Amino acid sequence: MSGTYQGKAGKTRRTSLGTAILNAPYLLWAALFIIIPMFIVVYYAFTNKDGAFTFDNIKHLADYSGVMLRSLLYSLAATAICFLIAYPFAYVVCKWRPSSQKMANMFIMLPMWINLLIRTYCLTTLMDGNGLVNQLFVFIGIGRIPLMNNTGAVIFGMVYNYLPYMILPIYNVMSRLDKSVMEAAEDLGCNAFQRVRRVVFPLTLPGIISGIIMVFVPSVSTFYISAKMGGPGDFMIGDLIESQIHSQNSNLPTAAALSLVLMAVILVSMLILNRFSDDEEGGSMLV
Amino acid sequence: MEKKNIIELKNITVSFDGEKVLDKLNLSIQDGAFVTFLGRSGCGKTTTLRVIAGFLQPDEGDVFFGDQRVNDVPPYKRPVNTIFQRYALFPHLNVFENIAFGLRVKGAKKEEIEGKVREMLKLVNLEGMEKRKVTNLSGGQQQRVAIARALINRPKVLLLDEPLSALDAKLRKDMQVELRRIQRETGITFIFVTHDQEEALSMSDVVVVMENGQIQQIGSPVDIYNEPKNAFVADFIGESNIIDGIMNRDDTVTFAGHTFVCVDEGFEHNEPVDVVIRPEDVDVVAPGEGMITGLITQATFKGDYYELIVEVKGFKWMVQTTDAYEEGQQIGIVLVPDSIHVMHKSEFSGLYGDYSTFSDEEDVVPPEEE
Ligand SMILES: Nc1ncnc2c1ncn2[C@@H]1O[C@H](COP(=O)(O)OP(=O)(O)O)[C@@H](O)[C@H]1O
Ligand SMILES: [Mg+2]
Repeated sequence: MSGTYQGKAGKTRRTSLGTAILNAPYLLWAALFIIIPMFIVVYYAFTNKDGAFTFDNIKHLADYSGVMLRSLLYSLAATAICFLIAYPFAYVVCKWRPSSQKMANMFIMLPMWINLLIRTYCLTTLMDGNGLVNQLFVFIGIGRIPLMNNTGAVIFGMVYNYLPYMILPIYNVMSRLDKSVMEAAEDLGCNAFQRVRRVVFPLTLPGIISGIIMVFVPSVSTFYISAKMGGPGDFMIGDLIESQIHSQNSNLPTAAALSLVLMAVILVSMLILNRFSDDEEGGSMLV
Repeated sequence: MEKKNIIELKNITVSFDGEKVLDKLNLSIQDGAFVTFLGRSGCGKTTTLRVIAGFLQPDEGDVFFGDQRVNDVPPYKRPVNTIFQRYALFPHLNVFENIAFGLRVKGAKKEEIEGKVREMLKLVNLEGMEKRKVTNLSGGQQQRVAIARALINRPKVLLLDEPLSALDAKLRKDMQVELRRIQRETGITFIFVTHDQEEALSMSDVVVVMENGQIQQIGSPVDIYNEPKNAFVADFIGESNIIDGIMNRDDTVTFAGHTFVCVDEGFEHNEPVDVVIRPEDVDVVAPGEGMITGLITQATFKGDYYELIVEVKGFKWMVQTTDAYEEGQQIGIVLVPDSIHVMHKSEFSGLYGDYSTFSDEEDVVPPEEE
């Protein structure tokens, strides 16, 4: 009797020990590469070059408010455009045959296999003054159009790079919608537009929110795309942080303070978005 | 007296992947009736409902609502609402909003919606549940929400696709009564789909028996039971012995080696026919006193009656009697004219109505047709 009991107890202990062993690498990883770097960022943000505590770094950020505002606006614009393209696209794809849907998925994923820097670099060569696109414009008689080094180019670059991250979560949710629920809506008097507004949209809201987060977060901290495709006035917060780190007299405290603000912006926007998806009555509230 | 037709299907043909699922189907449905489509799974009941609701365009044939041809009218413009096989409630809306859905789409006023939803909640016995999430409701409650959600639009016709098949036996009986009550109270035409013949007989004004994408018989439950048109209907509705016979002339039929007096007319001289004898219509008497004799091969006590399998001239009959009999006993059989029903031969002749492979556990499964 007691033997069995001990055996059981021993087994339980072993499982929990096993769980601990299984968890350990992840906890270690989190501590090493997530928690500690955060502390380092916070440390730099609140210390001066001599290591003394200060609010100066944060106060100085006021000088960069223009860049920050610009980053926010550009990323909001890119996110909105991604949504406007992705949502109807996902809706249409969901009506295709399964084999065609698989194909479409492939083509959406394909660019994600290529490094962002290389993708962006290719885009610049395409859109340059002498790039393929402009050669085509000249050929069909429109003439050269300055496609690069302006705000439009930056936003285009962001949309181009981040669009798959909007499409995939939306498509995932949408393709799993219950067909009979759509028919019920149609049965109850909804035309195509009302079906989208009253049923498809609220039911795909979780996908929309993931899509927005997955596009907005990298957008707001974009660098390289803006530096490479934008004009002198299209400097974004990501570029700013990079330049602070890489400038001759490397200014880590300012970079850290900027990162902290960026993190705060992202955190707040995610909190706001989560309110929508967590709300029990989310659907009816939005309608 | 004659009520007008609210729905007419004319020569409806539907094929999937080259297979005819509905084959030149014709049907008229009277306003205010409780009509049941009865048939085995896969016979085309759901397909017929989808044609009526507008989710499916027939390959051939016309759908009429009243005098209006509605083939090209989309579902959301048809005065029809559907209760789907798995309810299809809106998971993002609570009970109240699910029921209010149709009125909201129409842009009804707030007070009107409030009032009508309350009325519906009362009709389906869901008062006090309006704030509940539909995903947390039991099957029976979801069922009621689906009914209320459809009825609030005051459709001319309500289509119900096997709405009770997911419920347990007790709840099923309650809902049968309730649906019948709701239909009477609202006066809305119900088209109800089921594969359960008892359900069909007990609930309907009109039963439409379907098989192979065709309508086999349309009639009142009593007609369908007493006057089945062919072997399929006779077998599908209740228990039937279906025996080969010859119709000598009006009111005289020969089968099982004996010539009987019956009440069927309108057959050709010496026409080969299918004869239906219901197990409960057989009078069992002493061996010498019967019109024909048989040997009991199986006797089962069923509580209020005995179920006998009786061999008569190489054919096994099912007989139900209140007297006690045992396996191996010889009996005589008397059939009064009213207990004999004669049918024309059909594509189903010979497929049904023989109890030689009968066992209590499962129903006799007829051979699949090619
Ligand atoms: N969308 C479809 N595609 C292919 N075959 C279908 C489709 N819908 C129904 N069928 C076929 O049509 C036949 C009738 O189906 P259905 O009307 O659903 O039968 P029931 O409702 O009487 O069980 C079945 O054999 C089914 O497999
Ligand atoms: Mg069905």
